[in-house]
Amino acid sequence: MASSAVGIAPGSRRRRRRLTWSRVARGSTPYLLIAPVVVVTGAILGYPIYKLVTLSLQRYGLEELIQRKGTWIGLDNFSSVLQDPIFWHTLGRTAVFTIANVGLTMVIGTLLALLLVRVSRFVRILLTAGLVLVWSMPAVVAVQVWYWMTNFHNGVLNHLLTQARVGDFFQHDWYGSPLSQLSMATTLIVWAGIPFVVISVYAGLAQVPGELLEAAAIDGARPWRTFADVTFPILKPVLLILTSLSIIWDFSVFTQPFLLIGRSHIEAANYLMGIYLYTEAYANSDFGRGAAISLLMVLTVAGMSVFYVRQMLRIGDVR
Amino acid sequence: MRRRGRLTSRLAWNAVGLAVTVVLVFPVYWMISTAFKSEDEVNGNPTWLPLHPTLDHFRDAIARPFFWDGIRNSVIVVSVTVALSLVLAFLAAIALAKFRFTGRKLFIVLVIGIQMLPAAGLIIPLYIVLARYGQVNSLTGLIVTYMTFVLPFSVWTLRGFLIGIPKELEEAAMVDGSSRLGAFVRILLPLVAPGLVATSVFAFITAWNEFIFAYVLLNDQSKQTATVWLSYFYGTSRHVDWGGLMAGSTLIAVPVVVFFLLVQRKIAFGLTAGAVKA
Repeated sequence: MASSAVGIAPGSRRRRRRLTWSRVARGSTPYLLIAPVVVVTGAILGYPIYKLVTLSLQRYGLEELIQRKGTWIGLDNFSSVLQDPIFWHTLGRTAVFTIANVGLTMVIGTLLALLLVRVSRFVRILLTAGLVLVWSMPAVVAVQVWYWMTNFHNGVLNHLLTQARVGDFFQHDWYGSPLSQLSMATTLIVWAGIPFVVISVYAGLAQVPGELLEAAAIDGARPWRTFADVTFPILKPVLLILTSLSIIWDFSVFTQPFLLIGRSHIEAANYLMGIYLYTEAYANSDFGRGAAISLLMVLTVAGMSVFYVRQMLRIGDVR
Repeated sequence: MRRRGRLTSRLAWNAVGLAVTVVLVFPVYWMISTAFKSEDEVNGNPTWLPLHPTLDHFRDAIARPFFWDGIRNSVIVVSVTVALSLVLAFLAAIALAKFRFTGRKLFIVLVIGIQMLPAAGLIIPLYIVLARYGQVNSLTGLIVTYMTFVLPFSVWTLRGFLIGIPKELEEAAMVDGSSRLGAFVRILLPLVAPGLVATSVFAFITAWNEFIFAYVLLNDQSKQTATVWLSYFYGTSRHVDWGGLMAGSTLIAVPVVVFFLLVQRKIAFGLTAGAVKA
């Protein structure tokens, strides 16, 4: 692993001394190389994270923001948040929302990757191009497109569903209830999340040895068994990483639900964690309480990331 | 008989694949086609193609207040962020890919871990800290904020590109008598150039698409970035200018899509293709 230009056989004395000197130089080089990143990230992130902790222990509203000085109140923010039923409802809703999003993204994504192997070259290029196109769409743009397509008055979705005789969707309001609002957010997040999963899983499928699949086919294994016993075990590391990444992303999602539901329609009944803390901090100007929620959220996500980071470390070490 | 069965199943899979492509791409198609439709077509029953294509909506979108401010601010923020991040990240990536040192693992954990921090969770302390230094509502504050997620991401991606370069190439250069720096400039740099391009474009896309930090940290409309401009498009009025909204969306998406398509190809065969085969 270590860069090993040192491996050349040591010859003369002079040569050996030079090697030792260069070894010292090489010893400090990596630290010099990472120093700028460490300093910059530490300065930009370290202080705010420290600030997040202290803020969560203070009363810090608009007045305090102007005076730049909060009042220490110990764990009051935390106890008030943890006693707030809205917090627990939001947490539960966010958990269900995350499971639904990640489940749908992973299942559809994996199925599409398997489909990609079975189609002919031309269709594969077409589908891949489509996936890349979807992947590259900015979230804010995608929200506007969704908003337009699902608009109750003249959105194309109502028109299509009515024409296909799925039912009467004339002027159907897709944002009428919290469940419906969040479901629309789910369709958007899943749509936007699928390409990354498909392309990663497809790359993983390339590692499945063709001989194994042939052998399974000759033995008369059904497609499902082949997938479960041959393909899946090889895909497992990729699927695990993708799943944990998606959980982390979807749990703290903000932009899509916030903009799709609409600033003026955000209310306790459709809060997700990210939106909840945003509203507490900015709409209600209670930064201390917002910081307490943030900290709880950061810790939850950090707990979930432990697994992901360990997986990545393992990969980082193998190479 | 068996061959025919295989052929029909291939045809069936192809049909499914085409159907999936159509469904996936439809929203993008709908955005672009709406942008070119006339006002009557947009508001009447949906038509599949713009029957009377017009550029009016694009003109309207560009003429809306703060469009050029948004674009200019985005370009400034994104290019400064990417340029600074790339230089710093490249150095750190070399350390990770080519050296073994104490604390390496800790550094990797930090690099990956920071990317996992939820943006929504950090927005409050960043806001308070930037407010203290008078950097709320300033592009500098936003650039600094963006670097927190662009830096670790770039370090990790560049490290991947550097690892992809066979060590033998570098060693061979050194056996030939070049110094480590010489080997770096003559061998490593040209090889990693596609990786640098790809990483910077990915960083560009992430920063260009970012919404929540820009939305919270920039209050002034003339300071807003392009995505925030777009998010305010329909505002509070009852009548929504759908054609203009889709034209604006198309304009904001175009640079990203173009760059993304470019990078895809770079990543596919740019890496070591030339060097390894030769």
